[in-house]
Amino acid sequence: MSKRNRSIAGTIFDAANIIFLTACALAAVLPFVYVVAGSFASDAELTSRAVFFIPESLTLDAYKFIFSTDTIMQSIGVSVYVTVIGTAVNLFFTVTMAYALARRGLWGRNFVLNLVIFSMLFGGGMIPTYLVVRGLHLLDSLWSLMLPGAISAFNLIIVKNFFQEIPKEIEDAGRIDGCTELGLLGRIVLPLSMPVLATFTLFYAVGHWNDFFGALLYINDPQKWPLQVMLRQIVLLSQAAAGDMNSMDPSFVAPPDQSIKMAVIVVGTIPILCVYPFLQKHFAKGVLLGSVKG
Amino acid sequence: MKQAIERGKPPQAAGEAAYRPSLAIRLRRDKWLYLLLLPGLLYFALFKYVPMWGILLAFKNYQPFTGFWKSEWVGLEHFRLFFANPEFFLLLQNTLILSFLNLVFFFPAPIVLALLLNEVRRALFKRVVQTMIYIPHFISMVIVASLTYVFLTTEGGPVNELLLQHTGEKIAFLSDPDWFRPIILLQTIWKECGWGTIIFLAALSAVDVEQYEAATIDGANRWKQIWHITLPAIRSTIVILLILRMGSVLDNGFEQIYLMLNPLNRSAAEVFDTYVYAMGITQGAFSYSTAVGLFKSVVGIILVLGTNWLAKKFGESGLY
Repeated sequence: MSKRNRSIAGTIFDAANIIFLTACALAAVLPFVYVVAGSFASDAELTSRAVFFIPESLTLDAYKFIFSTDTIMQSIGVSVYVTVIGTAVNLFFTVTMAYALARRGLWGRNFVLNLVIFSMLFGGGMIPTYLVVRGLHLLDSLWSLMLPGAISAFNLIIVKNFFQEIPKEIEDAGRIDGCTELGLLGRIVLPLSMPVLATFTLFYAVGHWNDFFGALLYINDPQKWPLQVMLRQIVLLSQAAAGDMNSMDPSFVAPPDQSIKMAVIVVGTIPILCVYPFLQKHFAKGVLLGSVKG
Repeated sequence: MKQAIERGKPPQAAGEAAYRPSLAIRLRRDKWLYLLLLPGLLYFALFKYVPMWGILLAFKNYQPFTGFWKSEWVGLEHFRLFFANPEFFLLLQNTLILSFLNLVFFFPAPIVLALLLNEVRRALFKRVVQTMIYIPHFISMVIVASLTYVFLTTEGGPVNELLLQHTGEKIAFLSDPDWFRPIILLQTIWKECGWGTIIFLAALSAVDVEQYEAATIDGANRWKQIWHITLPAIRSTIVILLILRMGSVLDNGFEQIYLMLNPLNRSAAEVFDTYVYAMGITQGAFSYSTAVGLFKSVVGIILVLGTNWLAKKFGESGLY
């Protein structure tokens, strides 16, 4: 321990600081713990105990109920589809454009870069973009959730800067060995950029999974609603039925409203919590990359 | 030599400088690169620049069946209507109050949290806390709103159950306009405060530890070290974030407000973004809502440039 830690005031400060930070960390995760606990709890327990983190009796009724119809499964299917295909679309558009813009000698490069940067400062806004999507007949098509955000200008510039920093000599060696421009991208540049691309894959994927705005604007057909929209219908508006009592066993007692809602929240959160460890490994790097000027 | 030009080095000899491939040769040489550029270029043209062109709708009277080109020009009519509408003041007031609360209570929070984290000497504890406080950033706004509903509902929500036990009455947090702003602020702090520390911690990791040691020898206590070493190290980051924040004073985060908005708390909750949605998408008043959106973006740009100018005036480096 360094000297500046020895005073009494310093010790008190350190103790208070650790307590405060522990409280912050708990505040970030306890809501989830409570919701998970609540989703497994029985009706009696939810009404008798206001706050608890470990239910006394576990029941799967809420989950059985929400998966008794296809509503939730179908919206999960839509979300998975949009996340997988949408992320692939993001990567394709971002990588191809970034690779071309990384070449300093390219004629017109500065003009295109300025177009990209200007689009970060100013945009058409909600309604003109909506009219473009409508004009392309993409309303109620899942493409409307993938194409309008195919490139994040910010990510594009970071990937471009990364490509630019790959030593010229490696690319030259590839060229001498007879690589075409596309071969160079596929065999040399992409393998070298895997860590960066992994970061953006995760960020794009989380963005798709969490997207609500796109579906709210462009998707009216309930059959095509992603999970986030369905969540809102069930939890916030109490409008969509999460399950169907008629399909259950006659002895099945309807689970309380609260635990059904909690179970739906858990279903919507788990995928994010599953990828979080991988995200965490990458994002510090990603954010630091963002601060590199180019 | 070709590469010397590409890397921006000055040519060494006049004779070599004269060698530069003609445009036609360069275009042919880079044809594959242009092919790769094409999808991205199309994307920006279609989804970024066509909508910018579409802003002209704000000055027309767009009718879906007449189309963009044939709709008649009306000049500033939509703006005049909007400013004359009593709703305008409600929207302006709600938007500005939310932004002001955000600036005063949310903006400094990650800075304080980063400073406190920076004072922690146990690396493992620091890492565990960081891991936990970053999680909410990755949770969707719908989940955040859902959690809020589940916690605060009067029908069996834990907060109201506790209130009932201790005070004997419940509070309708979700529909009371007075509670709207505190809830929004709390959501924002919970979701983004931890994540917001990342950029400051990155700046702080560049500070030389020897500076603290030297300060200790000179008799500076912890507080003085924070004030004279730590804070100056993140000052430029704070200024840049403040400039960016000013640009979005009229943006309150559409998803969050929209999810928490309901007819009962509308008097405190309706802001420019939600109004544009309600007018444009729900009611089909495309030209009018484009005008409202344009008003918002223009004010945003003026505020960014203004803050940037002010920051430079006070000797900071600014954004541009």
